[in-house]
Amino acid sequence: MITRLLVANRAEIASRVFRTCRDLGIETVAVHSDADADLPYVAEADRAVRLPGTSPAETYLRTDLILEAARRSGADAIHPGYGFLSENAGFARAVTDAGLVWVGPAPESIESMGSKIESKRLMEAAGVPVLTNHTADSATETDLPLIVKASAGGGGRGMRIVRSLADLPGEIERATAEAESAFGDGTVFVEAYVERGRHVEVQLVGTTVYGDRDCSVQRRHQKVVEEAPAPGLSDEVRSALHDAARNAAEAIDYRGAGTVEFLYDAATERFFFLEMNTRLQVEHPVTEAVHGVDLVALQVAAAENHQAGNHQIADTPGAPHGHAIEVRLYAEDPAADYQPQSGELTTFEIPEVDGIRVDTGFTSGSVVSTHYDAMLAKVVSWAPTREAAARKLAGVLGRARIHGLVTNRDLLVEILRDEVFLAGDVSTAFLGDDGVSRLASLAPQPPSSEASSEASSEASGVPSGAAVAAAIALAEHTRLARTVQQRIPVAFRNVVSQAQVSEFEGAEGDDPIRVEWWGGRDGYRVEGHTVVAAGPTAVTLETDGTRTTYDVTVNAPAVDVDHPGGHVRLIRVPRFVDPADAVASGSLLAPMPGTVVKVAVEADQQVEAGDVVLVLEAMKMQHTVTAPAAGTVTEINVQPGAQVAAGEVLAVVEGEEQ
Amino acid sequence: MMSHREAMLEKIDALTAEHAEAVAGGGERSVARHHHRGKLMPRERIELLVDEGSAFLELSPLAAWGSDFTVGASVVTGIGVIEGVECLITANDPSVKGGASNPWTTKKIFRASQIAEENGLPTVSLVESGGADLPTQKEIFIPGGKLFRDITRASARKEPTVALVFGNSTAGGAYVPGMSDYTVMVKEQAKVFLGGPPLVKMATGEESDDESLGGAEMHARTSGLADYLAEDERDAIRIGRRIIARLNWRKARPDSDVPPYAEPAGDPDDLLDLIPSDLKEPFDPRDVIALLCDGVSATNGVVFDEFKPLYGTSLVTGWATLHGRPIGILANAQGVLFSEEAQKATQFVQLANQSDTPLLFLHNTTGYMVGKEYEQGGIIKHGAMMINAISNSTVPHLTVIMGASYGAGNYGMNGRAFDPRFLFTWPSAKSAVMGPAQLAGVLEIVAEASATSKGETFDAEGFKAVKEVVEAQIEEQSMPYFLSGMLYDDGVIDPRDTRTILGICLSVIDNLPFEGTDRFGVFRP
Repeated sequence: MITRLLVANRAEIASRVFRTCRDLGIETVAVHSDADADLPYVAEADRAVRLPGTSPAETYLRTDLILEAARRSGADAIHPGYGFLSENAGFARAVTDAGLVWVGPAPESIESMGSKIESKRLMEAAGVPVLTNHTADSATETDLPLIVKASAGGGGRGMRIVRSLADLPGEIERATAEAESAFGDGTVFVEAYVERGRHVEVQLVGTTVYGDRDCSVQRRHQKVVEEAPAPGLSDEVRSALHDAARNAAEAIDYRGAGTVEFLYDAATERFFFLEMNTRLQVEHPVTEAVHGVDLVALQVAAAENHQAGNHQIADTPGAPHGHAIEVRLYAEDPAADYQPQSGELTTFEIPEVDGIRVDTGFTSGSVVSTHYDAMLAKVVSWAPTREAAARKLAGVLGRARIHGLVTNRDLLVEILRDEVFLAGDVSTAFLGDDGVSRLASLAPQPPSSEASSEASSEASGVPSGAAVAAAIALAEHTRLARTVQQRIPVAFRNVVSQAQVSEFEGAEGDDPIRVEWWGGRDGYRVEGHTVVAAGPTAVTLETDGTRTTYDVTVNAPAVDVDHPGGHVRLIRVPRFVDPADAVASGSLLAPMPGTVVKVAVEADQQVEAGDVVLVLEAMKMQHTVTAPAAGTVTEINVQPGAQVAAGEVLAVVEGEEQ
Repeated sequence: MMSHREAMLEKIDALTAEHAEAVAGGGERSVARHHHRGKLMPRERIELLVDEGSAFLELSPLAAWGSDFTVGASVVTGIGVIEGVECLITANDPSVKGGASNPWTTKKIFRASQIAEENGLPTVSLVESGGADLPTQKEIFIPGGKLFRDITRASARKEPTVALVFGNSTAGGAYVPGMSDYTVMVKEQAKVFLGGPPLVKMATGEESDDESLGGAEMHARTSGLADYLAEDERDAIRIGRRIIARLNWRKARPDSDVPPYAEPAGDPDDLLDLIPSDLKEPFDPRDVIALLCDGVSATNGVVFDEFKPLYGTSLVTGWATLHGRPIGILANAQGVLFSEEAQKATQFVQLANQSDTPLLFLHNTTGYMVGKEYEQGGIIKHGAMMINAISNSTVPHLTVIMGASYGAGNYGMNGRAFDPRFLFTWPSAKSAVMGPAQLAGVLEIVAEASATSKGETFDAEGFKAVKEVVEAQIEEQSMPYFLSGMLYDDGVIDPRDTRTILGICLSVIDNLPFEGTDRFGVFRP
């Protein structure tokens, strides 16, 4: 029996495992990097062990440190979560060798499924349908399009789509080089690329099937929306899928939780084995919701049974009940190619609603660092029908209060309300070209769409409610902070000469958004609106006969306004700017917090517009900072390795005419 | 027949129109010209200077009303909160004849410095003035020196003075920045010198230019007259606010010492129904008091504790709190003051001094009673006693002229000559030595007596025209705008704002400590 379990992972998944541990009466141990020390999962654990450093390589990927942490904290079992070391057979063995219980499959299973080529071969032998392997020589025109994949790859990395035979050798070469550098294994293979394929997968515990899921809504080959059961499958297809998955598990005598992923071609009703994940999946909650099971508890039971030498006995689950949908809420900007965001999540509140489950590792005030995945939460809804689950989830997301970081929330809401999605007619290409033309969040646009519509509505003299609410809430903040004349009406004037003005930054290149308001005896007055109630956190306006309450959070200089129509973040234009603080023109500012990896110029160097000045690494991505115009580098404020904050002046390039 | 409310609203509309005239300053074209040069108007500068959402109590906005000069007297004065400090602010209006000072300008600034002095406020001057209005220099030049004297005396009293110079501040005007404790000048705009290039050329033959004689850069880097050089107007205001922020200002009685309080139970809007348009019609000031003073709360068991309610009933006296601060109130109830009222007032003023409680006077009086019985009853000595008490009282006084304020009643109720800390007028007010009809009637009686004594026949019919002219003239001169134009009050206000304005005044008063006196003139009881 396990008495104290260490989760070799972080944030949301650590919390998830701890929850089951508490249900089972198992004590919990967290490990955390320095960057994660203040995250809720660390406080939630009974014990926590620090892994010095911040990068995954220094911390969560260090077998030795994690085993040492288990020893020091007295843990007798390790759960790997997903990602990091969860599919590392060497780690699984090291855990077992250290005399600890490994909550996961046999290392051999991990190994055999770790190679895509090897697993495909195994599955083919077991009678599971697979896509034929091609080579540069064997492929013909009729096989197009093709996809080149890294055998050791995962998470969408190392994939290349080929539409012309002539390109194939080159792409194979490039994919090989990329795989070699990314995974240390240059093995690649080529198979047919199914254009409008769906991603359908089957959950297993041991060799028992726990239904199926659809995870077709993906961006950059990473899942965004997942659901159970997979919609629109005929009974024949569904049972064939389940049988195939069961065969796969039996072929390797699988133990514990695992998932077999299939590519499903709805047009031909054919499916093909993609890969098997020998771990708990991110999207496991949808299966839990429709089958009423706790997959982590089943993992623990499987590990304990194995330890006790029992042959595993799993219950046969019944038919799925109702429908569950999960969305992955990311700190990322869908309009800017899903650029990950980092910084303080000043407010993070998702409404508590029956049938909604939130798995998150963050809370209001948490800092989302650049070192790890930017997933903020998984929000899961359950309802008797798919439509009801989608509507409920969209509603909850819409009413969530998420401030401080740009997220994909609006995109998720749009997907859940999209008619194509609701029809269940979604392929992995959903967020591709089709989505861009249909989903507003994917169109490049200024950060706050409402704010820009306001700027245009300014012309008609009616600023929109959100900006008005922001201005009034700010005024209320100031009123409550007064030290004299505390209860004199706001902006009282015995001789009235002009409106009070609050300005917020407009979209780039646009004029500021200007709100004119009046104070005095009868409270706030704004043209086009009636101020029904005013406070520092909520403002109720009556506009065109309709009352709306705006929920306002001031995070100076930002003002976050949540309202039934969504969320707007407005940035206050300061009343005064000290000329000494004004940024010199030509200053290159850090676009996001990160680490300087390269400084490409020297002081006094002449540069042309577009020349690389330096390179930043943030969120596992490199960002190049280039010279905005031809000129001379007059200042370099950073060195390689320096940590910089967003907005920091990195260097100054002075234009030639100066 | 208009209702009280309609009549009052009509007067308030008229007041708003008068204020709009003052706000318009030198007129649209002149304002546009200044804006075009990137300059702000005085009220725009003030809006930026004061804390966001704080109050600005403008003083004497109708100064020069009825004179040949622009309403407002080319300067804006008032009390605003800067970085949490209540400051007296003055701002020249360059759109009116380049901000030149006329006799009303100086009177208005004198009044502002008096308020700063009495309440111990720091002063911020937003300077841009072409100097004295030369045609009226004889009325300005000699008394005008007081302006500079006041600045340095304020400094000596530890009431800091800050000058933000936005434009011209030349000749005598140069002494405003010169005398101020802190001086900020706007680059390429401020011009501060004793004599400009033409005058220098005439005096010494020296060739010079504005910048070398009095530019902001020169004063900041060379002469040392400017303590700070501002990039532009907004920057000057930013620096001015930082100066105030660092004054380490402490009120004698901080607002944190003021207990919580409740708003009045009634709606201040109801004041509009209370005041009769015909001043002959009396109204109960207790109704006004209930709308001006704090409502019942845990710390305020009763709204108004009336003192001596059964004696001298034409004058209501009693205690209340306003925005949490205790006050004693004297309010006319039936217009006329008799000996009893005068005696009651005297005692009440003494009581307020005994308990260090500020006093609020609410005027609606036609004066002290005349007639044989009252003269014989000692109405003069009793009235004198009342005037003696209020003249020597050392607690702060506030006065609001709600309706009539005639004759010695104006004095006894602490009129302008008795230096209340603040005096505001409602649009319904009238003030004169006596009512226009009475005054014309008195003139007629005197004229008739004079004719009779000379053995002439009094031409009653012919005198009718004289009477009408006199009556109309007195009527006009009794009107609030006329009196406000003469600086006989600190402003005409919307009655509904009275509570707020008195609240500001009481808060401002708390900047200095005060203590009631037990020393009065010799009473003749």
